[in-house]
Amino acid sequence: MSEPLVIEVSGLTKRFGERTVVDHFDIRVPKGAIYGFLGPNGSGKTTTIRMLCGLLTPDEGEGTCLGFDVRHEASRIKEEAGYMTQKFSLYEDLSIRENLDFVARMYRLDRRKERVQVALDELGLADRAKQLAGTLSGGWKQRLALAACLLHEPKLLLLDEPTAGVDPKARRDFWDEIRRLSAKGVTVLVSTHYMDEAVQCDFITYIAYGKKLIDGPSAMIPALVGLETWRVEGPNLGALAERLKAEPGVEQVARFGAVLHISGTDKPLLNQTVERLKAEETHHWSLQVAGLEEAFIYLMAGARDNFALDTPPEIAA
Amino acid sequence: MSGDGAPARKPARTGFSFRRFGAVLTKEFIQMRRDRITFAMMIGLPLVQLFLFGFAINADPHHLPTLVEMGDNGPLTRAVIAGMQQSDYFDFKGEVAGIAAGEEVLRRGEANFVVVIPQNFERDVIRGRMPEILIAADASDPSAVGGAAAALSGIVSVAVREVLTGPLAMPSGAPPFSVTVHREYNPEGKTSTNIVPGLLAIILSMTMVMITAVAIVKETERGTMEMLIATPVRPFEVMLGKILPYVFVGYVQTIVFLIAAAVIFHVPFEGSWLAFFLGFNLYIVVNLALGFLISTASRNQMQAMQLSFFTILPSILLSGFMFPFAGMPGWAQVLGTGVPATHFLRIIRAVMLKGGDVADVGPQCLALGIILVVISGIAMLRYRQTLD
Ligand SMILES: Nc1ncnc2c1ncn2[C@@H]1O[C@H](COP(=O)(O)OP(=O)(O)OP(=O)(O)O)[C@@H](O)[C@H]1O
Ligand SMILES: [Mg+2]
Repeated sequence: MSEPLVIEVSGLTKRFGERTVVDHFDIRVPKGAIYGFLGPNGSGKTTTIRMLCGLLTPDEGEGTCLGFDVRHEASRIKEEAGYMTQKFSLYEDLSIRENLDFVARMYRLDRRKERVQVALDELGLADRAKQLAGTLSGGWKQRLALAACLLHEPKLLLLDEPTAGVDPKARRDFWDEIRRLSAKGVTVLVSTHYMDEAVQCDFITYIAYGKKLIDGPSAMIPALVGLETWRVEGPNLGALAERLKAEPGVEQVARFGAVLHISGTDKPLLNQTVERLKAEETHHWSLQVAGLEEAFIYLMAGARDNFALDTPPEIAA
Repeated sequence: MSGDGAPARKPARTGFSFRRFGAVLTKEFIQMRRDRITFAMMIGLPLVQLFLFGFAINADPHHLPTLVEMGDNGPLTRAVIAGMQQSDYFDFKGEVAGIAAGEEVLRRGEANFVVVIPQNFERDVIRGRMPEILIAADASDPSAVGGAAAALSGIVSVAVREVLTGPLAMPSGAPPFSVTVHREYNPEGKTSTNIVPGLLAIILSMTMVMITAVAIVKETERGTMEMLIATPVRPFEVMLGKILPYVFVGYVQTIVFLIAAAVIFHVPFEGSWLAFFLGFNLYIVVNLALGFLISTASRNQMQAMQLSFFTILPSILLSGFMFPFAGMPGWAQVLGTGVPATHFLRIIRAVMLKGGDVADVGPQCLALGIILVVISGIAMLRYRQTLD
């Protein structure tokens, strides 16, 4: 990557009381990239994003965001970054226009009225500008929030689950917009739980229990996860799936229509099992190149809600 | 890549921005206007309190047990006793001999008043020597005393006019005797006129502290604080922008209060408006700063309310509103000196009732100023620009 780095942090750590919520997190985000931020609930995504834009002070670690120190130059980062919070955080008792106008004033924008009007037109909310933001539906709130954090033309967008609760059509529009911005050189760090969104990212980082497990260009993620996947066809797949789950080396059984995908990270053990089953000659087995989808199912399935456990299980990173 | 367009904003400045401050202020006013219930409460609460406190304390107590020491027993004195018995004020319980016996009765709480009619009362009235009727009063119920004194003057005046007719008739005008009230157990001798101005101190501290604390905590609780501090806005701009609208509310409350006090309770306003204005503004700002401090210590609106409520108790109990300051034990006086209401109470009583001017309220204003510096110093230290 020859692009300069927009985010470059290392060893970022945040503790709340005894609990280490983000544990020595490193990330390097090149300019113009769409960087996907994945991880189960409670894994520390929001906390990390808050540290990146200066809303939380890291307990350890350092680095820069937009060339400014994350510890000491938060106010400069705030000028040039746009942060969309996970929870709707505009004023529910202000109208749509009043909210946009307020945000525009916070950044001391010139041509304020004009910018707000353009944003309203692009949102398609111009005729509802006087409606209170609190009366918008969930999906519309998300769109309004995105519009608000784009008003000051930020160079870096930090989006925390921006499409939660947004319908598929609006989600596509959302991502079209994100790609359009990225093409213009805006860097985007976006957290998501949706696989179809993750596959649209240029880079992906996966975090669990505050620790980064996987990080790299999307195309390399399956290799990084290191899954061996077998494809099984034949009769009575339901019963086979149940049986396979108990077999050694089988870590994941996913059904895609009339086929099963059997995956595991311990290649020899998995292959041993497969050889044994193959010998039964009831089904047709073929080796498959593990794709991004399997990798994600694997990652997502492996990590339960991180809030439930205080001590992370052993994870081979 | 160097294709960044022209900068969308002015170059980063670290100083105070009037535009951002103005934006926070405007936003706060819009929100205040939309929150009808709170707005109604801000105006309604002072009135309700004024009526509750004002009337409850103002209601003239009647039929108070009274003893009389008869220094004289001519027709005039008998007329005075008869008048007292007829009035609703006093319940004439009998005679008492000597002032010491009278005070003993007061101390035991068997009577509220001992009226001492001096020897040679009648003769002195006729001769125009202005004899003095002494009322020894248990003033631990403060509102009783003023009323009793006024009522007794009236009763004696009527008696004098009825008895002394013909050649002995007094020329109309000032009564030919004086009434002296000797207050026991309550040297300040508060009356209802004294209570009502003090109420302003309580009402302001109650509403100002709570409203500010809640308004700021609301921002954290609803999550809007996260958006707000993700923008370049500075803490001071937020603090000022959120506090000033409530200064305005304080003004409205006070105007409503002063009008009601004058019209309904006929509380005079003797002193300097400038002195009042100075002390009043200072007091409001102190309370707002206190509200801001509370907001930095609360996680949600409920906590903010409870903490605010906690600050109201000392305002009522230790400020001299409820109990006379000079009569409190030393430790309570020390604590009371740290309570803003104590000083405002003195300012407002000095100005409204005793005709005080700017010089008279100087020490209190200074005290409020010191409290303000301390509170806002702590508040600014506690207020973070971050979420942790
Ligand atoms: N202010 C705080 N005080 C204490 N604990 C906190 C605080 N903020 C977050 N946490 C804890 O830190 C952990 C990580 O939270 P975080 O919000 O970063 O997770 P997340 O990855 O964004 O989860 P989700 O996908 O549900 O949004 C959680 O267990 C949470 O309980
Ligand atoms: Mg989150």
